Amino acid sequence: MIANAGAVVLLRKQKGLRRELQNRPNLLSIRIAFLCGSTVNEVAAFLELLLLEQGIQPVFYFSDYNKYFEEAVLDTARLVEFKPDIVFVYTSSTNIQGWPLLDTSESDLNAYVVAESMRFAAIWNGLQPLGAVVVQNNFELPAQRLLGNYDAVSPTGRVRFINLLNTEFAREAAARTNLLIHDLNGVAASVGLKAFHDAGRWFSYKMLATPEGSLEVAKSAAAMVLAIYGRTKKCLVLDLDNTLWGGVIGDDGPEQIKIGRETAEAEAFTAFQEYCLQLRSRGILLAVCSKNSEEIARQGLEHPDSVLLLDHFSCFKANWEPKHENIKAIASALNIGLDSIVFVDDNPAEREIISAQLPAVAVPDVGSDVSGFIRVLEDGRYFEPVRLSREDLKRAEQYQENAQRAAFQGRFQNYDEYLESLEMSAEVAAFKPVYLDRITQLIGKTNQFNLTTRRYTRAQVEAIATDPSCISLYGKLTDKFGDNGLISVIIGRKENDILHIDLWIMSCRVLKRGMETVMLDALVAECQSQGIGEIRGYYIQTERNGLAAGHYAALGFKRSGGDDQHQVFRLDLSQGYQPQNKYIKEYVHE
Amino acid sequence: MSDILAELQPIFRDVLDDPALQITRQSSAATVANWDSLAHINLVSAIEQEFHIRFSLSELAELKNVGDMIDLMEQKLAAK
Repeated sequence: MIANAGAVVLLRKQKGLRRELQNRPNLLSIRIAFLCGSTVNEVAAFLELLLLEQGIQPVFYFSDYNKYFEEAVLDTARLVEFKPDIVFVYTSSTNIQGWPLLDTSESDLNAYVVAESMRFAAIWNGLQPLGAVVVQNNFELPAQRLLGNYDAVSPTGRVRFINLLNTEFAREAAARTNLLIHDLNGVAASVGLKAFHDAGRWFSYKMLATPEGSLEVAKSAAAMVLAIYGRTKKCLVLDLDNTLWGGVIGDDGPEQIKIGRETAEAEAFTAFQEYCLQLRSRGILLAVCSKNSEEIARQGLEHPDSVLLLDHFSCFKANWEPKHENIKAIASALNIGLDSIVFVDDNPAEREIISAQLPAVAVPDVGSDVSGFIRVLEDGRYFEPVRLSREDLKRAEQYQENAQRAAFQGRFQNYDEYLESLEMSAEVAAFKPVYLDRITQLIGKTNQFNLTTRRYTRAQVEAIATDPSCISLYGKLTDKFGDNGLISVIIGRKENDILHIDLWIMSCRVLKRGMETVMLDALVAECQSQGIGEIRGYYIQTERNGLAAGHYAALGFKRSGGDDQHQVFRLDLSQGYQPQNKYIKEYVHE
Repeated sequence: MSDILAELQPIFRDVLDDPALQITRQSSAATVANWDSLAHINLVSAIEQEFHIRFSLSELAELKNVGDMIDLMEQKLAAK
């Protein structure tokens, strides 16, 4: 609702909406520090509404106006005390100090780029000890181009200088794990520079942008915050008729559907299919949910011009059941939450049913014209990654392997026999630098098999990896069908001779495979080697983690207090411990 | 009682989040709760957008109370 409202409405209703949204239960609090190169209050107010709608209550810190450098580098006490999770260095082209002078030659230009970017590198270095994620605006193109077209070419041109600085920032971000670039330049361009800048607001309030501009910046920043916390969508569920191809295949016949390059309409459907395939290639799952007979629906994807093939879909539901039932079935088949799904259908009635029946599913108003679908999906920023991990690029394959496993499972007398036959092997070890991105990502997005639902930033994970008072473990699992990747994480904290398990998570794609016993065996071995006599586990109930409720009891922990929402379990190691893993054959515990 | 005052009433109530607020021509930041500098920016921006008018820097600097704003708006709306 917030995401679809215009800047005018939000400006007016901001305080009331904020009050309403703050009444929602279970808000996750995130501490965001703005280091302000201009007045950011309007952006922050919009950002707060957008995050509240997603169940996140931001707590803000604002540096003094234009003291973004000082508070990061020289006088950091107040910022340190705030303990930010995210520091947003909110600078813009107005904050560039070392513009190239008018006599700058081609060979001098690089020195200017280096000098200006070093000023920002000092900020990023200054923020490093905070252990927060640093989000840095790049620079939007200026409102004026003194040299016209030549401004993008001349070594003295500001357009040229900004482009070089932005390239330099991208290079820095690739080398610094805690630095993310917020593409202010892209946002301003998509709003249009004339509609983005407002000289009156700048002189009156030192505010960078128009209300529309501020709102677009806030939407982009909100998508980034959600991505940092792993709250991005995982699956695109697609209708078929008039969504992936033109026409109704059941009525018109498979030869008559519009797809390919022959007409403008067919080309538009082809372009949308290509876009979906690109999403899949970077790790977004595709599924079909269509009112059709399955056999006829499949023929559409066998059309010689179809870009998408049956194999590209991790789940295929074409039948006459209500679509919300099918979407629930897709979520459960893929082991993902309904809130990980985006549903695209040209039919407004179907969209409305899904919105009403499954409010957790994102249902963008894509309209009925396929040529607009991509724009609407892009504007929704549903699939924004912070980084692309190797896991992402392999994900669609892994889900397909899961489908093979399920088919295989049907051939066994009992479950034990099935587990035995999977020829599983695991690797369990303390956090390693190469896996920190994946560990952070898994922590951010695991909601179901998550005992405490605590979230950690990458910086926090990195700190835990080297903290001698913590025991951290990750687990990877391979079987005869393929590599499941890194799918489980434990974070324990030592207090005297007790280990408190602050976090235990596991990806649902390896549920009921015995992976938790491997993890516990490894954890106990590590505890014993460090003289720890008791492990204490916690289950903090949420709306999503019901399937982990019996976790500790099943592993032999004894319930010892707490209420139903916050249960405490103990495992006494002083009487010895019998390893519990049965089916996972070889495991490396380093 | 001008019509503009009546039209401003709900905008002030929304922006300042006070459904019972009664503004008058004499109301100003000094007399109305929550009318701080940020709320002021929101008020000006919301009014500009709702009425499709634009205040200049010098006009904004002259405003002392709601009455001043209404007079200025009347001029601008008449000139449209």
